Amino acid sequence: MTAARPQRLQDYAPLVFPALMLTVFFVVPFGIMVAISFFRRVQGAFYEPDFVFDNYARFLSAFFGQVLGFSLVLATLVALVAVTIAFPFTFLLARLPRRWQVVWLVALLSIVSLSEVIVGFAWSTLFSRTAGVTNILVALGLMSEPMSLSPSFGALLTGLSYHAFPYTVLVLYPALARLDPTLMEAARTLGASPPRAFLTVVVPALRNTILATMIMVFVFALGSYLLPQLLGRPSNWTLSVLITDQAIYQSNLPFAAAMAVFLVLVSLALVGLSLLVGRKEAAQ
Amino acid sequence: MTRPNNGVSRRTILAGGAAGLAALGMPTILRAADKTLKVGVYGGFFKDSFDKHIFPEFTKATGIAVESIAEPTGEAWLVQLSQAARAGVAPADVSMMSQTALLKGAAGELWAPLDLAKMKNTASLVERFVNKYPDGRVAGIGAVSWYITLVTNTKVFPEAPTSWAALWDPANKDKLGLLALVSNSFLLEVTAATFFGGTQALDDEAGQLKAFEKLAEVKPNVKLWYRDEAQFEQALKSGEIPMGQYYHDVTGLAAADGHPVRSTFPKEGGILDSGSWAVSRASKALDEAHVFIDYMCQPQIQALMSRKVGTSPTVRRDLLDLTDAEFAAVSSDIPPIVPRYDLYLSRADWLNQKWTEMIVG
Repeated sequence: MTAARPQRLQDYAPLVFPALMLTVFFVVPFGIMVAISFFRRVQGAFYEPDFVFDNYARFLSAFFGQVLGFSLVLATLVALVAVTIAFPFTFLLARLPRRWQVVWLVALLSIVSLSEVIVGFAWSTLFSRTAGVTNILVALGLMSEPMSLSPSFGALLTGLSYHAFPYTVLVLYPALARLDPTLMEAARTLGASPPRAFLTVVVPALRNTILATMIMVFVFALGSYLLPQLLGRPSNWTLSVLITDQAIYQSNLPFAAAMAVFLVLVSLALVGLSLLVGRKEAAQ
Repeated sequence: MTRPNNGVSRRTILAGGAAGLAALGMPTILRAADKTLKVGVYGGFFKDSFDKHIFPEFTKATGIAVESIAEPTGEAWLVQLSQAARAGVAPADVSMMSQTALLKGAAGELWAPLDLAKMKNTASLVERFVNKYPDGRVAGIGAVSWYITLVTNTKVFPEAPTSWAALWDPANKDKLGLLALVSNSFLLEVTAATFFGGTQALDDEAGQLKAFEKLAEVKPNVKLWYRDEAQFEQALKSGEIPMGQYYHDVTGLAAADGHPVRSTFPKEGGILDSGSWAVSRASKALDEAHVFIDYMCQPQIQALMSRKVGTSPTVRRDLLDLTDAEFAAVSSDIPPIVPRYDLYLSRADWLNQKWTEMIVG
């Protein structure tokens, strides 16, 4: 399919509205943030307009590097877990009768309506010693006494993956619903078992969709700052938690802005890199 | 409600208690009074309680109507006040400010100096509740105060601990819930008071580093560094996290509701945090502001606040008609640990960096 190349100025008209929205709601706020990140922090007061690199200099330390590294690893793991569970789930969902699909999608949407706070509290209760799931294991005789599973890295990863799951399904759903069913049928006719057909035909066919979804979940998890506080130990706090601390509790907006700019740049770079790798593979 | 100093949203349980107290609470009606005073109070529980129990009485007694204004959390209100003052405007005449915010405002000459001679009731105040500029002018007057104490679950700890040193006890591994920020937990002060003879040990950097080093020993005992009060309160009640630091008044309310929790004033003292009244220099109602602050310093009003709002009185105990039980519900005779607010002004970033590295690293 080839679209006609735009010839005249008014052919660009459809772009005006999106461009305007992008400018108002992304470019301008981000520009303000970049500007503030160069302002001078006045301790004991607020900040003054200036052009200094102090805020970035403070960030460039082993400590913050470690926190940034942890945040990136965590977001990557969440993306992997969420997509690994959501992809087969959505594949099966798209093959259900229409009525059941609607029921499932409504259920997923209702999870999306839960705030992060409720999700965090629910999981910390489920992982608690006094009221949590380990009590069931004790009742079944599988464990000798209940134990607390939260706060911990595992609890945090579970909470974040749970929170990202509905979004992941909703992003994957259109692609999987539109997937040509004859692909599977052809593979089955050639003798592949259903799991094998799924892994060798469906997954590769939707490689780009999977990559795009993972990037979305990655970015989603990277911005999370509530669940790490509710379900993680301090060593599991993401950079977003420290940004919140600086912005809200320390009134240090320049430093918070510098950290946020850095986080945006690093994640943009990673997203760009993975797209580049994806395109190269596709070209081969 | 929000604790003025930490910006953390306040527990719903206290709000529930207040709602019960004022089941048929009357709406604030601005009476046709000659004068109006705009008073900034922390939004939520504080504002609701003041609107119900305190401001109507004040208007009745003085004829000055109060227009209460809900202050936003954090230091946003300080920023708004100082920017407005530059333009000669006062969004509120009198504001309740956290101690750190009060110091920051004083550094920028934001507060109109107050005249103690016009406020005879200030003579009843405990001395620490008169905030002064470095040159001795009065910048603010204590409005409310409250304690953070050592709390325990009574089922897990049948015996109440007697000292903050219990936080360091290796037997309490993975059992503590502590506040997550250097500027709202005041644990450096607790460390200094418990092991180094008092908060003056934090005067210099060497002393601060020593306190950090000692405090780092607590880390293995800490299960939760909390910002959200509800999270710790829930875990304390269930025994999931059976020991920690928490607000004395709310713990008392929870115990009264039958939860197995207790609040103990350790022998080193509870942490006494407070909010102060301060008047914007742009205010044109300085005289009315003096009348208001004077009114609020009366022992019977402080007692009323202790009973209805749960705050600790700012006036000397011998002037109060609180019973022992009522006094114990909000305060203690053990000398308190008073936070080193000056440090959170002059060394804010350094302390924050060291603190974050300590608990995250």
